[in-house]
Amino acid sequence: MASKLLASTLRQTLTKATAYSVTRQFSTAAAVSVAAAAPAPDSYEDPNGIIMKGVKIAGRPLYLDMQATTPVDPRVLDAMLPFFLSRYGNPHSRTHLFGWESDLAVENARSQISDLIGASPKEIIFTSGATESNNISIKGVMHFYKDKKRHVITTQTEHKCVLDSCRHLQQEGFEITYLPVGSDGIVDLKELRAAIRPDTGLISIMAVNNEIGVIQPMEEIGEICKEFKIPFHTDAAQALGKIPVDVEKWNVSLMSLSGHKIYGPKGVGALYLRRRPRIRVEPLINGGGQERGLRSGTLPTPLIVGFGSACEIAKKEMDYDHKRIMALQDRLLNGIREKIDGVVINGSVERRYAGNLNLSFAYVEGESLLMGLKEVAVSSGSACTSASLEPSYVLRALGVDEDMAHTSIRFGIGRFSTEAEIDRAVELTVKQVVKLREMSPLYEMFFFLLSLLTEKEGVNVWPGFPCLVTPEAYDWENNNFHLFDRVEADAASAFIALWLEKYNLSSQSQYEDVQQLKWNGDKQMVASVRNEVCKRLLIFALSEEAYLFHRRRIAESSHK
Amino acid sequence: MLRLASKRVLGLATRDGQSVSRPAQAVLPRFYHENVIDHYNNPRNVGSFDKNDPTIGTGLVGAPACGDVMKLQIKVDEKSGQIVDARFKTFGCGSAIASSSVATEWVKGKQMQEVLTIKNTEIAKHLSLPPVKLHCSMLAEDAIKAAVKDYEAKRSKGTIPEAAPVEKAADA
Repeated sequence: MASKLLASTLRQTLTKATAYSVTRQFSTAAAVSVAAAAPAPDSYEDPNGIIMKGVKIAGRPLYLDMQATTPVDPRVLDAMLPFFLSRYGNPHSRTHLFGWESDLAVENARSQISDLIGASPKEIIFTSGATESNNISIKGVMHFYKDKKRHVITTQTEHKCVLDSCRHLQQEGFEITYLPVGSDGIVDLKELRAAIRPDTGLISIMAVNNEIGVIQPMEEIGEICKEFKIPFHTDAAQALGKIPVDVEKWNVSLMSLSGHKIYGPKGVGALYLRRRPRIRVEPLINGGGQERGLRSGTLPTPLIVGFGSACEIAKKEMDYDHKRIMALQDRLLNGIREKIDGVVINGSVERRYAGNLNLSFAYVEGESLLMGLKEVAVSSGSACTSASLEPSYVLRALGVDEDMAHTSIRFGIGRFSTEAEIDRAVELTVKQVVKLREMSPLYEMFFFLLSLLTEKEGVNVWPGFPCLVTPEAYDWENNNFHLFDRVEADAASAFIALWLEKYNLSSQSQYEDVQQLKWNGDKQMVASVRNEVCKRLLIFALSEEAYLFHRRRIAESSHK
Repeated sequence: MLRLASKRVLGLATRDGQSVSRPAQAVLPRFYHENVIDHYNNPRNVGSFDKNDPTIGTGLVGAPACGDVMKLQIKVDEKSGQIVDARFKTFGCGSAIASSSVATEWVKGKQMQEVLTIKNTEIAKHLSLPPVKLHCSMLAEDAIKAAVKDYEAKRSKGTIPEAAPVEKAADA
């Protein structure tokens, strides 16, 4: 397919461009290729499979990591190719046609991008990516207004580049407030209000989270920023082209955008910089004064053209893509939940971008799951942090327990994902989770504990999973659990509390909050209560007390 | 001519991709050794023994919050003190699973005192674990020691053998 594509593009290019320049291009290219690389055997791909990093797989894995990056849309590549091959002028060259046509293409891309976000083309500044845009926004704004403004508000779940820029400012003596988020990953507007100070110079909150896909209440945050006249920066790299973005509605002053998250090329991004009221930044990169002096350096015309074209396509196809991705997400989630229990969605269920599904599989460690899922390209969190062993800081900010944070997998669905891919991913995931659970001592202990409760205490506890599910909750006809809809969470927690009290365990601090669990009729709450109860049971199962209690029981029974 | 040209471009593209990726590959450590993959794909001796059987020693180490929990059990021949069988269950990364799998293989057929000399470095060497994964092999060493200790504690007490059938029912 790729060769077809390239051939068709080349055909286009060749008919448009002059024969002379093209031949010249190719003759040099061929010469370079002969000189540089002798016909090298493919280093890791051969007909029998792929061996890389010690892992052998039968073929290329299916790609479900669209938050890390996306493939370039063939239409985008079509738009880009002429600017590599024949229209290679420097857009800043004012003296010849090559420069003029490149400049025209860049300006065209600028308006394609501004169209997608409801801005004016003059408010778009090209950068190398969202990381650079975030850096310019945070450091640039604060450095510019440093005499009066000494305080920045951001959230704990921001992308690493925002957090790191803030750390950098902290070292320079600025003060930063890292707002906590709720268990659904959404920032609390009251807390945001409370955090605002007279010297607050910037509020930076991302639109769509890269790890868990939750969408922040942008309009409401924008309102607050307007009220206090504070510049509002948002990292919209994961939001652009996926959810409707409107700089007027959101009232943002600065916005970071990225090309390779929306089926455009890597290495290009943009910064939206509001003109009315004007927001000013100090440039990070000095030089030839391109992009109104805010970001010097020759613009990469082909990449920018690709970015612009990707934005245009995204604008046209956003609704269609959204419906499709939504259906695929449901297919993935339902497929997995049909087969295995103990699957938890991290982050808000309602306010989320459908293409990002972050799941935790209780009692299975994420990295080992990923290792078994080599035929599915997924990640356990953001690509930037997937090398470290630490559980995701985003999940920890959500209050996800460390043990559950270790079990998360992010499935990223995109424009080119297919139903067959989703089905295969479901199949492999289920197979692997079942295998690892059989191997998991935690899973074993949990069942042991439940059966202990059932048999020894005569309590009506069904060894359902991951919580206390009564036999009534079991749908015998369909062989299925009514997952927790019928479970009275407060009854469950009361039962646990009683049980702990009975064995004098309730006085210990780690069990205290079990009794504080309350059911407020909210489904989300049921989920969190369930997890809480489940967690307590686990802690108990792992603790010395459980062992001692168990021994005591046995000693008693044998005594009788 | 068109086909030729596009082929050349394609060829150039892939070759370029390689020449860029190859040095990077050489710099990066290999992620998993084939022994790790083997033990992960075909773990040896997965399962559980009855915890209260007097001939069984159980070692449970690690914490879920750290991402690794290892349960290793040994079955000991009471007369000779030889470990006749071993089982494990592990919650953790591939290296942790492989470490515990290797540990169960190594302890089988050995004397109790002998297995205490198994060092984490030997396990790590066998699996070529990278430095960030060394804690997995340490956990395996700890699990072996804990299992032996548990068995010895049981023997010195000798209090629970009659409870075994009851426990079996609960374990089911």
